[in-house]
Amino acid sequence: MQSETKSRVDQLTSPAGHPVTVLRFEGDIASTSKDAVLGLYQALPKSDVKLILLDFTKVDYINSSGIALVIQLLIEAASAGQKVYAFGLSAHFTKVFTMVGITKYAGLFASQTEALAAL
Amino acid sequence: MSELKTTTVEVRLPSRMGFEKVAMSTASAVAKLMGFREDRIEDLKTAVAEACINAIEHGNRLNEKLSVGVVLSAGADSLEVKVIDDGTGMKTQPAKPDIDRKMHGEEDARGMGMFLIQALVDEAEWVAGSDGKSSYVRLVIRLDKDA
Repeated sequence: MQSETKSRVDQLTSPAGHPVTVLRFEGDIASTSKDAVLGLYQALPKSDVKLILLDFTKVDYINSSGIALVIQLLIEAASAGQKVYAFGLSAHFTKVFTMVGITKYAGLFASQTEALAAL
Repeated sequence: MSELKTTTVEVRLPSRMGFEKVAMSTASAVAKLMGFREDRIEDLKTAVAEACINAIEHGNRLNEKLSVGVVLSAGADSLEVKVIDDGTGMKTQPAKPDIDRKMHGEEDARGMGMFLIQALVDEAEWVAGSDGKSSYVRLVIRLDKDA
């Protein structure tokens, strides 16, 4: 019943010349999304990846289990010395991410363009 | 709105993850009919989803033989939602989640559902059934067109 989470990785370069790894998600982010969220992140080569952008533009629904997966990703990224940012959240989920404190550990941007310009 | 003053809508969900979205859609439709602003409807959807997830996962322990009842009562200026399960209810309220403790591994990354419910609606109470089952969470969101 729970819709599948699709995810993929893109490699981009910021205007400042920094390599940026973008994790793009699509669909729901819920308890069934562990492989699509954490699995995708854990498959990245840690030594090469320093800047990570999470793309939520095509995400319709995030529940507390999905938020927990994002926090788990942030924990692992912090321990690997990586910086994580996110963009494309709806106004509602921007509020929710702010309420639970995620913004303290992952900067939020409205769009990919804005995010890349800041990196 | 006047025709909705005493309107009650009931939904029964199977105790299977994902079906909380049925309750979200129903709550959203009722709230739209009542004239709630779009941002408040989004708050309500998340609160209802989290209440249903708790009922499915913790109240009914994912037992698909049990269902979760969702009763929406549209009043003159507020919408009440009761989410009923066959669990014994909560003995204690969990502590407010602390992102710093989570990031340092001192607190489970999960456990934000009740916090979100309380933060997103105007009233939230958890009531344990007197017979040891039929516990429910009661949410109220008020219509405030000027806000």
